[in-house]
Amino acid sequence: MAETKAPAARPLSPHLQIYKPTLTMMMSIVHRITGLGLYFGTLLLAWWLIAAASPSSYARFEWFASSLIGRLILFGYTWALIHHMLGGIRHLIWDTGRGFGPAEREWLVAANLIGSIAITVLLWIFGLLAMGGPL
Amino acid sequence: MSDAPKHIRTPLARVRGLGAARSGTDHFWRQRLTAVANIPLTIAAVVIIIMLLGRNQAAAAQILGSPLVAIIMLLFIASITMHMRIGMQVIIEDYVHDEIAKLALIMANAFFTIAIALTMAFGILKLAFGL
Repeated sequence: MAETKAPAARPLSPHLQIYKPTLTMMMSIVHRITGLGLYFGTLLLAWWLIAAASPSSYARFEWFASSLIGRLILFGYTWALIHHMLGGIRHLIWDTGRGFGPAEREWLVAANLIGSIAITVLLWIFGLLAMGGPL
Repeated sequence: MSDAPKHIRTPLARVRGLGAARSGTDHFWRQRLTAVANIPLTIAAVVIIIMLLGRNQAAAAQILGSPLVAIIMLLFIASITMHMRIGMQVIIEDYVHDEIAKLALIMANAFFTIAIALTMAFGILKLAFGL
C-alpha cells in the first residue's frame, strides 16, 4: 500500500513475454481468471437464493437457467469452480514444499485440467439426470 | 554502494510495523484458511444444488431453509466471500498502479464482497425463518 516512486532508470528483469509459455504458467493464469469469474458468478448464486423465496421469481430464474445462454454460463461457472478448487488444492500441496520437481509439477497441472473437465461433465450428467433428462 | 548496510538483519522497527501494508502475513494466512474451508463447503454446496435440481420452488425453499442445509450454506457464503475479497485485492494490487484508482477499487471490492455476502445470507435466513 506504500507509495512507490520509480527511481532513476535501471536495468529491468525480463518480463513474461520473453519466456516460452509453459503449461504451469498457463495454469497459473487460468487459476486467476477462474477466480475472477467466480467472484462475479456469486451474483447468480445470490439471484438464485433470493428468488427461492417466491414462486414467480423462482420461475424467472429457472427460465434463465434453462435457456441456452444460461446453460452455457452455468456450465462455465461449474468448470471454473471445480478448476479453481483443484488448482487451490495444488497450491496447498505446493505450500508444503512438495510437488515442485519437473515431473511432479507437470503431473499436477495436467491432473488439475483433466480432473476439472471430467468432474464438470460428470456433475452435469448427474444434474441433467436429476432434472429428468437432458432437456 | 558505500552507503549500503553491512548487515542483512531487518531493523526491528520495520518488523513491528508489519511491512508496507501494515498487516504482515494476515492476508496470506486468511487466504489459506478460507481455501481449506472452501473445499468441504463447496463440495457440500454442490451436493445441495444437485439435490434441488428439478424440484419446484416450494420444495427448494423448504430444503434450503432446513437447519443443516441453511447452516452449511451460511458457512459456505462466509468463507467464499472472505476468500473472494482477498483474492480480488491481490489482483487489484498487481495490476492497478495509480494510487487513487487502487484505493478506490480496494474499497469497491470490500463493499461488493460484504454486500453480496449479506444478500446471500439474507436469502437463506429468510427461508430458514419462514418470513
